[in-house]
Amino acid sequence: MTTVNVNGVDHQVDVDDDMPLLWVVRDVLGMTGTKFGCGAGLCGACTVHIDGEAQFACQTPIASVGTSKVTTIEAMKDSPIGKAVQEAWIDTDVVQCGYCQPGQIMRACAMIAKSPQPTDAEIDEVMYTNLCRCGCYPRIRAAIHKATGAGKVAA
Amino acid sequence: MTGADTDTMAISRRGLLRAAGASAFAIAIRFDGAGAAIAPASFTPNAMLSINAAGAISLSLPKTEMGQGVYTALTMMIAEEMEVTAQSIAILLPDGATGRFGKVTQDTGGSTTIRECWEPVRQAAADARGALIAAAAAQWKVAPGECSATDGQVIHAASKRALPYSALVASAATMKLPEKTLVKTSGYKVIGKPQHRLDSPAKVRGEAEYGIDVRLPGMKVATLAQAPVFGGTLDSVNEAAAMAVKGVVQVVRLPDAVAVVADHYWAARKGLEALSPTWKDGTNATASQAAIMASYAKAAQGEGASAMAEGGLDAAMMAKAMAGATKKISAVYEQPFLAHATMEPGNCVVHVKDGGCEIWTGTQIPGSARDEAAKAMGVPADKVILHNRLMGGGFGRRLEPDYILRAIEVGKQVQAPVKLIWSREEDMQHDLYRPFYHDAIEAGLDADGKPIAWTHKITGSSIMARLYPQYYKGVDADAVDGSVTTPYTLPAQRVEFIRHESAVPTSWWRGVGGARSAFVVESFIDELAHAAGADPIAYRRSLTSDPRTQAVLDMVAEKSGWAAPAPAGRARGVALIHTWDTYMAQVVEVEKHPENGVKVVKVTAVVDCGQPVNPMGIEAQIEGGVIFGLTAALFGEVTVADGRIEQSNFHDYRLLRISEAPVIETHIIPSSQTVGGMGEPPVATIVPALANAVFALTGKRIRKLPIAKVLTA
Repeated sequence: MTTVNVNGVDHQVDVDDDMPLLWVVRDVLGMTGTKFGCGAGLCGACTVHIDGEAQFACQTPIASVGTSKVTTIEAMKDSPIGKAVQEAWIDTDVVQCGYCQPGQIMRACAMIAKSPQPTDAEIDEVMYTNLCRCGCYPRIRAAIHKATGAGKVAA
Repeated sequence: MTGADTDTMAISRRGLLRAAGASAFAIAIRFDGAGAAIAPASFTPNAMLSINAAGAISLSLPKTEMGQGVYTALTMMIAEEMEVTAQSIAILLPDGATGRFGKVTQDTGGSTTIRECWEPVRQAAADARGALIAAAAAQWKVAPGECSATDGQVIHAASKRALPYSALVASAATMKLPEKTLVKTSGYKVIGKPQHRLDSPAKVRGEAEYGIDVRLPGMKVATLAQAPVFGGTLDSVNEAAAMAVKGVVQVVRLPDAVAVVADHYWAARKGLEALSPTWKDGTNATASQAAIMASYAKAAQGEGASAMAEGGLDAAMMAKAMAGATKKISAVYEQPFLAHATMEPGNCVVHVKDGGCEIWTGTQIPGSARDEAAKAMGVPADKVILHNRLMGGGFGRRLEPDYILRAIEVGKQVQAPVKLIWSREEDMQHDLYRPFYHDAIEAGLDADGKPIAWTHKITGSSIMARLYPQYYKGVDADAVDGSVTTPYTLPAQRVEFIRHESAVPTSWWRGVGGARSAFVVESFIDELAHAAGADPIAYRRSLTSDPRTQAVLDMVAEKSGWAAPAPAGRARGVALIHTWDTYMAQVVEVEKHPENGVKVVKVTAVVDCGQPVNPMGIEAQIEGGVIFGLTAALFGEVTVADGRIEQSNFHDYRLLRISEAPVIETHIIPSSQTVGGMGEPPVATIVPALANAVFALTGKRIRKLPIAKVLTA
């Protein structure tokens, strides 16, 4: 049995040590907001926070999580940054198919937590890892600026 | 007038609020049979619409949502005719059933949704409105013509009476529906006005359910390996090793594939590795990219079938026309195979039971996929239930039922619901790819450099011939779209099509035939402009007398600052299309880039798509289509070696990243003309616009894609 803390709740899971966090969250805990895209750390659809850092859940063996706190898209509406980012995403009409957006939002929120008003260069540097096949990039950039401009995000 | 007085209320916004039901902004995305919309319906005027006793309107969406925004646009069309807000309508994604929406097919592709639905969907809503008006008029004993609907209520202006829809549904349900109620042709309140997407809240919260997210009690999860060589078959597996993996419950062998069934995906994946399947490669084992390309070039030497209406000019007539030219220019263009690479890999949940099956998946063809599933099951269609889900991208990939049929093959051998998930590698290596095309094109120019003769021979796979053999007469009508009818006046023109297939299976890919044509026609027109020493926009403009074509060119020149030279180190290119009933021009500004050869700095897009439905949706489609097209133009290529696809994941099938995305500026020309399509046009226009910009920047004419590979070779 492994204990994993997801969105503030401890879960006991009976899985192999090498099982990626992505599949623990999706197939064992039944939280499907975190998406499977590539299984190889190449697309960012599975991005979650581990102790506040954006990480690829598909590349994170469950045994490596230990006592770290995992946060997924399901909890983001309850955080000030998450709420501001989600609202900016809606106002900016970022989403199309929407499949990559939980990952995009998780990475954007982790960035904003460290850099409350990221520049375009920072956005390129950080968001580079997350692919969007629908081509929502210009709006992702605009939504990040919207969420972080005019003191929308609580410090 | 029993009850009428007590039901009557002042004309106000209360009716609207009542029609909105409890939630003014729907968060959840609803599906047939899963917490269905707003039952029980009190009034169901047709297959798309129902209204409950509270007056809340529910729309069963006749087309599928894959990101392109029809969830919002179709709802706006309903809202317009029913005199409510789009946000107030509860949207239901329905199960697949051929014919359930009459003339409107659930099949969604080829930029057809708005064009196909414009009349019937608005008519369905207008008829519902007509019935509610008739119910009110009967109650008030006035002529229906004296009444109108607004803000979710029917009003009789002369007597200042109003009834909300909620007060009318019961009687409307029992009345004979009035004859066709006229749809609006002007004075729109919703259509043409910016509308935020209705599906955003669920999607940004991770609450939207895609096919891959479906979970059922007792469900198993499977993953598969398919014969790596096209046409290969399964040889051997180490079943004991797979079964030894914790969580693996079953191995399912198929003639050309094998699946491992487990408690979760990770166990299935580990089981598949342990299974170590081996294959018999069959006749395609030595197929190579070079050999395939050579076979197309060879096939292109033959004579094709004329794609022109009534045959067009024959070879002798063309030779005569060409003989009058002062200059001849010819070129060969090639376009590679492409994978769809939807972010959500292939997946399907199936439960084979009770002499039929139940399916949960995201598909662009819920009705025909259900029919195909029934065929595969050997049962009548009514023994198959297909629950459609949101799609994590379509782009034509989900116009094919193969991944559903694969899941049925597996599901037939599993005594439980099973979710078959394709790995990214399987998804990329067992796609049905955008066809490889070889285009040979020649123009004869007069003394002014204008084309007086034009021959264009297209050699490639025919998707139409595969899907509709009974109608196929030697020309793939989709592949030649945009080649036969170009935006230009071409006095003598011959277009031929030669069908040529390889081992690589092919299918629809965003932009379809019009995009393959646009790359060739718009690159070649640019070559002619250059040969004539003419400005590319002025040259195009001189070849058309269509005022709408001229207007998009004029506006793109103005908005892109075409008249002024590009900033130092930069250059611009232009392209124009008139396909899918939409006119579009784009100007692309580029500069050199050390890694990719070229960096796209800015795209200016001008569109005349007739009456716009949702301007915000149009902008999003243009931005997304431009980026989708840039990925293809710069990086897109799928190649074959030893009979198998070489690319496997995003490291060797590159997508554009945020750091590579240009600024995109969109201008929509106001219009009340017939509606045009929006999904394909931006993809079709960007590829030649970029190729032409690359020529302006580097002097290198791009006749083969992808561009980054050509420039960095």
